[in-house]
Amino acid sequence: MDEVAIIGVAQTRYQRDNPASHAEMAYEVTRKALEDAGLTIDDIDNTVTVCNDFWDGRTISCMTITEATGSHKVPTTNVEGDGTYGALMGAMRLLSGLHEVTLVVAQSKVSEGIPAVITNAMFDPVYERSLGLDAINSSALQMRRYMSKYGITEEQCAKVSVKNHKNAKSNPYAHMPLDITVDDVLKSRVLADPIKLLDTSPVSDGACAIIMAVDEVAKKRYSKPVWIRGIGHCADAYHLGDRDLAEVDALVSAARRAYSMAGIQDPVREIDVAEVYDAFSYMELMWMEGLGFCGRGEGGAMIDSGMTGMNGALPVNPSGGVLSAHPVQAAGLARIAEAVLQLRGKADARQVEGATVALAHGIEGACGQGHCVFVLGR
Amino acid sequence: MGEEKRDSGPLSITYMADMPYDYHAGFYYSRFLKELKDNKRIYGVKCPRCGKVYVPPRIVCRDCFVTMEEFVEVGNEGTLLAFTVTNFPYTDTTRGEPKKIPYTAAYIKLDGSDSNIVHCLDETDEKKIKAGMRVRAVFSDTRTGDYFHDIDHFEIIQ
Ligand SMILES: [Zn+2]
Repeated sequence: MDEVAIIGVAQTRYQRDNPASHAEMAYEVTRKALEDAGLTIDDIDNTVTVCNDFWDGRTISCMTITEATGSHKVPTTNVEGDGTYGALMGAMRLLSGLHEVTLVVAQSKVSEGIPAVITNAMFDPVYERSLGLDAINSSALQMRRYMSKYGITEEQCAKVSVKNHKNAKSNPYAHMPLDITVDDVLKSRVLADPIKLLDTSPVSDGACAIIMAVDEVAKKRYSKPVWIRGIGHCADAYHLGDRDLAEVDALVSAARRAYSMAGIQDPVREIDVAEVYDAFSYMELMWMEGLGFCGRGEGGAMIDSGMTGMNGALPVNPSGGVLSAHPVQAAGLARIAEAVLQLRGKADARQVEGATVALAHGIEGACGQGHCVFVLGR
Repeated sequence: MGEEKRDSGPLSITYMADMPYDYHAGFYYSRFLKELKDNKRIYGVKCPRCGKVYVPPRIVCRDCFVTMEEFVEVGNEGTLLAFTVTNFPYTDTTRGEPKKIPYTAAYIKLDGSDSNIVHCLDETDEKKIKAGMRVRAVFSDTRTGDYFHDIDHFEIIQ
């Protein structure tokens, strides 16, 4: 479908303790995305913000960035989950026929709160929460289950961290560009076995904005816009015990829907570059499987083969991924922004040559409960 | 209600964890707080397009969507537009202590500002307060970079 195009993208540099306020960050990316699209705020006829009350530490937190995103003069609403869902909402607005140009702004200041406390609060307060589960140790359960069910090794997971932190060296927005070895990852501090410090993503502040337009506007103003070719999303069960943590059923379903809409039959051959939500090293391997880039349990072999490296057949996370910058609400939208840069051929040192089809992926909830997949093309 | 009925009824669980935050004031509020602390001055920011002055300062003009960079001092005096004497308990979130009640929340247009601020008034007898009264900021002797401390309160100009 060539009905909705992405015509502007912008990101802040991701860092810990960005001294800017929420509104200052949101304004920076709004202004830059408009500049990127060659538009003014008067061209935007609706907005979607992506803010989360617990992360932002205030109730109805989206209201904090109303003026900064020009949202006080147009219909606006907020998506509380990952930024990819904000883009989904934005695309739906345009497909409704009511609007022509949507601005989506996602932002997080993760360093203002305490991630362990905030992510603990996503669990069932009566049954799971008091155990002390948070994003890290719930993911450690998932990593262990994935490793033991499919024979994936800690080394293979570590390779993802090595690859992505190295890729981040070519991304000026990345928070954690690092030259590290598999040994460095394996010997880094154990947080919750088998998760070590270098298997985790950093505490990052930052914002990302994209501007989307309906086809008439996009075709009139831009010679070769980036089109949304397919979107799919799906969520699994809430309680960790109600799904097999080694499985990726929701992602399989989300990917199938996105591929079907985009007319993709053989994702490995047809997709040139992928940006996925690797909040932990092992997740990238699981998401490869869920996206159909390899068979179930073959994520480890895939990273071993070098296929997802910058010189491989299907580079994954040339930006450095979420392992190299994790501004929670904005992290999925940043995957879309990076995919757009790739398709424009404007990803500079992290450019995958000749990319014409890109995939962007976001997650929400514990252990990737929900997944949202975008296929973009040019 | 007998014990029997309570035993078979629905239960609940209490959540007592602290969820603290360390909010970044940002570049514009930081300038505002520094001026209060160091110079006992109240600063706003002026829109280069429409000329509106916003207090406290912020990055973007609501009406013009342009970046504002001109910081301007506004008056320590202004006009009381609205007030409410509050009688229910409330925790001062910076200090974690209960606020003394009653206290008077005030909505004030400072001289030279186009937006209105909120603060408190030291008068809690509503019969003695009227919208439209002139009020003045009273600064603390020891200032720490906290708006509700560095301006201790507003007082009615008699
Ligand atoms: Zn203005």
